[in-house]
Amino acid sequence: MRRVVVTGLGMVSPLGGNVETSWKNIIASKSGAATITRFDATDYKCRIACEVKPADHEYGYDASLDVDHKIQRQVDPFIVFGISAASEALRDAGLDNMTEEERLRAGCSIGSGIGGLPGIESESLVLANKGPGRVSPHFVHGRLINLISGQVSIKYGLMGPNHAVVTACSTGAHSIGDAARMIAMDDADVMLAGGAESAICPIGIAGFAQARALSTGFNDTPEKASRPYDVNRDGFVMGEGAGVVVLEEYERAKARGAKIYAEVIGYGLSGDAYHVTAPHPEGSGGYRSMEMALKKSGLSLEDIDYVNAHGTSTPLGDELELGAVKRLFGDHLSSMSMSSTKSAIGHLLGGAGAVESIFCILAMRDQIVPPTLNLDEPSESCKGVDLVPHVAKERKVRAVLNNSFGFGGTNASLIMKAV
Amino acid sequence: MSETADRVKKIVVEHLGVEAEKVTEDASFIDDLGADSLDIVELVMAFEEEFGVEIPDDAAEKIATVKDAIDYIDSKQ
Repeated sequence: MRRVVVTGLGMVSPLGGNVETSWKNIIASKSGAATITRFDATDYKCRIACEVKPADHEYGYDASLDVDHKIQRQVDPFIVFGISAASEALRDAGLDNMTEEERLRAGCSIGSGIGGLPGIESESLVLANKGPGRVSPHFVHGRLINLISGQVSIKYGLMGPNHAVVTACSTGAHSIGDAARMIAMDDADVMLAGGAESAICPIGIAGFAQARALSTGFNDTPEKASRPYDVNRDGFVMGEGAGVVVLEEYERAKARGAKIYAEVIGYGLSGDAYHVTAPHPEGSGGYRSMEMALKKSGLSLEDIDYVNAHGTSTPLGDELELGAVKRLFGDHLSSMSMSSTKSAIGHLLGGAGAVESIFCILAMRDQIVPPTLNLDEPSESCKGVDLVPHVAKERKVRAVLNNSFGFGGTNASLIMKAV
Repeated sequence: MSETADRVKKIVVEHLGVEAEKVTEDASFIDDLGADSLDIVELVMAFEEEFGVEIPDDAAEKIATVKDAIDYIDSKQ
């Protein structure tokens, strides 16, 4: 089987418009959470989110660097974020100017969990208030989930596989795993893989709040709301943004002298077969996905130094994932660290697995693991697990595991190691 | 320049993201301003909203340049 490595990184997050700014702020224990500015959320149960900041903010995002004005107007923000992250990743890999022959073997697998919800909401109001003749001709292709891959392939002339995963909050991890397999199976030599989300709109916040998934008890202290594993956690904080990696066949990357961040060596997938929103009460789906990734990786548990947890800050989900990790790692639990970066940037839904995989890669590069913010009072079951409370921790990081679990009972785990 | 021309050009600049100097009356939406057929559908909708006129599909198909749009709108007002 052909080996697959990561040679480029790109990101838009609530803590930065690019990879390095986001990472610097994550390591500095900053929080991207604040009162919602996108719309007036005064009457909502949840009034906070981790929004991507405007260009003039200290760690804001400037869409105009990589996305034409016209496209920004026509498509939903998740697509704009995705194009920006993909552009950064391609430049980082030094592959933004490939030959036609190379581009025939380069593809995209950049998905989203929800897609263009803000645009569906606003255009539905246009339809209701002004009639069908006023609906934008760009409505459909400006909202479709596969249109990050579509837009990026057109922008950079990538003629290989054009794909988009939709597995709710597992999307980003599945995208990377599936794309790595496409390279391993010789469908492509280079793949842009990742996920994006931007669903901080009235119907998005109202819908997740009605599903009892969002934090509602910290509206006056937004930066305290996302608190995975803490006894006072009460739901997730919605984030937005995008993460994209460049995956490349190892021999090709080596031959061109590319900067190689990591090798994707393990990928596991499973279904809970239990409930649409609640995880399996024994965490068995998450356990099996981690177990499969570990088996595929050929590593032993003692090789894995850092786990970037799904850890959304929901009362049920955090406990069950923790239980599954404890059962899997057993005696090796004490030698690894596990944290949830959702404590800082919120839950990026379809973008989460990709952004968090990038944090895993940077943890290996810099030999430092990012913190779990707000872990003031760990729950009883946290005993014996280093959850990296409050501040980042310098330590040896040789291999990493990233978990992502989604509505519908879909689970994905990725294992990467330094090359 | 007429008031109609000013308002048309403003809409074209905003929708197509082109520099105002490029939006001359002779400019073709597709050949000079980078629009595709769907962009023109959107522009026509914006003209209808701005000027309170109906531009039926057969008339819209004949609007190729900035001047075509201005003339059509002026003829209906």
